[in-house]
Amino acid sequence: MSEVKQDKTKQGSVQTTGHAWDGDIQEFNNPLPRWWLWGFYATTLFAVLYWVFYPAWPVGDSYTKGVFNNITYKVGGKEVTTHWNTRALLMKDLQEGEEAVKQRKYMSGLMAASYEKIVSDPKMMQFTRSVGKILFEDNCAACHGMGGAGVAGLFPNLVDDDWLWGGSLKTIQATIESGRRGYMPGFKKTFNDAQMNDVVEYVMSLSGKQVDEDMAKRGGVLFNGQGGGCYYCHTSKGTGMASVGSANLTDSIWTVAKVSSQKTPETKRKVIRDVISSGISREMPMWKARLSEAEIKVLTVYVHELGGGK
Amino acid sequence: MSDQKEQVVLFEERIPIYPRSVKGRFRKMKWAILILAYTVYFVLPWVRWNREVGSGQAVMFDIHDRIFYLFDLIINPQDIFLLAVVLMIAAFLMFFVTAIAGRVFCGYFCFQTLWTDVYIRIERLVQGERPARIRLAKSPWNIKKINKIILTHFLWLLVSFLTGLTFTLYWADAYELINQFFRGQAPFPAYATTLFLTIATYVMAGLAREQVCTYMCPYARFQSIMFDKDSLIVAYDEKRGEGEAGRAKLAKKLKTRQDREEKNIGDCIDCGFCVQVCPTGIDIRDGLQMSCVSCALCIDACDAVMDKLKWPRGLIRYASENELEEKKTNLFKLRNIAYAIVLLLAISGLVWSVMTKSLLSMSVMQVRNPLYVVLSDGHLQNSYDIKLNNKSQFPMTIDLQIQGLDNARLDLGKIKKLKIDALSSLNLYVRIKSVARKDVSGQIPFKFVVKTVAGNQIVEESKDALFTMHDVVSQ
Repeated sequence: MSEVKQDKTKQGSVQTTGHAWDGDIQEFNNPLPRWWLWGFYATTLFAVLYWVFYPAWPVGDSYTKGVFNNITYKVGGKEVTTHWNTRALLMKDLQEGEEAVKQRKYMSGLMAASYEKIVSDPKMMQFTRSVGKILFEDNCAACHGMGGAGVAGLFPNLVDDDWLWGGSLKTIQATIESGRRGYMPGFKKTFNDAQMNDVVEYVMSLSGKQVDEDMAKRGGVLFNGQGGGCYYCHTSKGTGMASVGSANLTDSIWTVAKVSSQKTPETKRKVIRDVISSGISREMPMWKARLSEAEIKVLTVYVHELGGGK
Repeated sequence: MSDQKEQVVLFEERIPIYPRSVKGRFRKMKWAILILAYTVYFVLPWVRWNREVGSGQAVMFDIHDRIFYLFDLIINPQDIFLLAVVLMIAAFLMFFVTAIAGRVFCGYFCFQTLWTDVYIRIERLVQGERPARIRLAKSPWNIKKINKIILTHFLWLLVSFLTGLTFTLYWADAYELINQFFRGQAPFPAYATTLFLTIATYVMAGLAREQVCTYMCPYARFQSIMFDKDSLIVAYDEKRGEGEAGRAKLAKKLKTRQDREEKNIGDCIDCGFCVQVCPTGIDIRDGLQMSCVSCALCIDACDAVMDKLKWPRGLIRYASENELEEKKTNLFKLRNIAYAIVLLLAISGLVWSVMTKSLLSMSVMQVRNPLYVVLSDGHLQNSYDIKLNNKSQFPMTIDLQIQGLDNARLDLGKIKKLKIDALSSLNLYVRIKSVARKDVSGQIPFKFVVKTVAGNQIVEESKDALFTMHDVVSQ
């Protein structure tokens, strides 16, 4: 249609803008459709309105803030009103948004429920699993690892069913709240080399490994007698005590010595000997001051559930 | 120097089009399609439907709760691939139809065409037939003209508003929303959507009209590349219409076909009726054009004139370019057959996946950090995140079990009863404890199965899950 229109211009030629440069260079006038022009005006108007209602122009070291467009949200319990900005919008959304309200509702339900109720309710477990995962990764993963597998010899594995300090929900909560200090003295000066080998052999025998019977018998005397006194903490059966965080030496899990990853019997014995001779001193900080009561409750259930708590 | 008096125009003015009304078989068909489409569109939101969870809207796209209701079919976000198949069907249907019959969609089904048709009908109702409308546009402003223009635009806006409001009703419970809407209590998006569509309909169907098809619509452009010489188009039979000496009006001694044939003048009497009825303002006698939406109204116009002259119909008709050149039209070509096959495959795929849609879906993800762990009794433990999704309209109480893993036990912790609410999902973290086997190392495939508590029937099986067995306890 536009072609038809152009033909109606004078002299039957294409219309020009009316200027001539260098005498004979002319510019064709190929006009835009009118609806396009109106679109242009509309977007221009939009821009002007935007300048009025939203932060837009820099003025000195400040900027125009926009009018009739304030956001009210809470900072530390106090209401703050500010001009429109995305950070305030985000804060408001985190406090009053649909999801935030939903999460608060779940959280208060969790706080009101007993541990027994929480662990038997699939919906509450779903909530603690998703919230707990974030909390765990933010606070605990630095030592215990993203999946809670820990680092052998340094940070306990939380995914298995062996708990140094007790695996009930109550003791896990106490551990998170107050932290733990694990200590075992070094026996470098107490035992000579032969005695050390005997004790290592005895410790190996506790979890049913193949050992030299005679050496193990001698080691047992040191373990359970005044010579070593290991039974003070590990008990005479070697099962450990949750109250002092001593390891259970009779099960398949080595909580401190990196035995499982060793290939030969010699190196397995070496890593045990290293622990006995140097001792251990480990600490988990307390989280009472850093995490809220609700967060600790969520983390307790999350950690309890990781390996299947007691 | 240039002519200073020549006015510089900053924009191209639209040449107003005043289509004349026409009667005929294609017009009748178009009205029928239009009435059907309008009825479906405007009535559907008000239809109720009985479902297991109670009566509800027959068709509703519930964005907020992420569920689409289509009569008895309920579509969850997990089924969104169905939408992809629907879009694929729509695309191939258009390819197929366009390759065979040209721009049928544009001419008969496109909502721009349907709504523009109604708007032109309103215009005619208020302002009269084409000559009256042209006269009115040229006449000076007076009360009568103002009244007519205002009435036209008022009716246009009314239709636009009803269109916008009806669209909004598809996204929430219609009866509830309409109540809220007129009491000012509806959510903001409802007002925004209605306003936007009211304005869009008014501007597109009332003011922009054929410019949408010519300038804005991408379909118009890419449909033309699906054409070939065998596609049906609305075509003017130039050989018959022009003869060798061109077309001529019904002047003296040119009134019968015989007279005209003697002078080598074609059958076109240049009455201009086909141009007057064209909603996009083109002259079909110039040949196939980009602006032609294949509405076939010029066929009706020309047929009416031919009937009156008692000459044979078909001077303007649906014909392929090959037919006009008196060659054979071949519709069974590889491309068309391929379109048809893909179309059939996609439709049967859609039907099949809708029929076999499971009411409970399960996805299993093995926890990979760590992959396995040794327990104090020497057993191995793997953990899994399981997502169960109840897509039915009633709560399900289920029993989760494992299959294909010997000497292993599923540990759900203290959870005794697995109940999943209607139309919701449940994420479960479970552990599997297995006797450490020395004969196998690596991944052992097995399955999670969901059984009904009552009938002990298998409702759903997971895809193969893996249990990581590792030789760690040997000394």
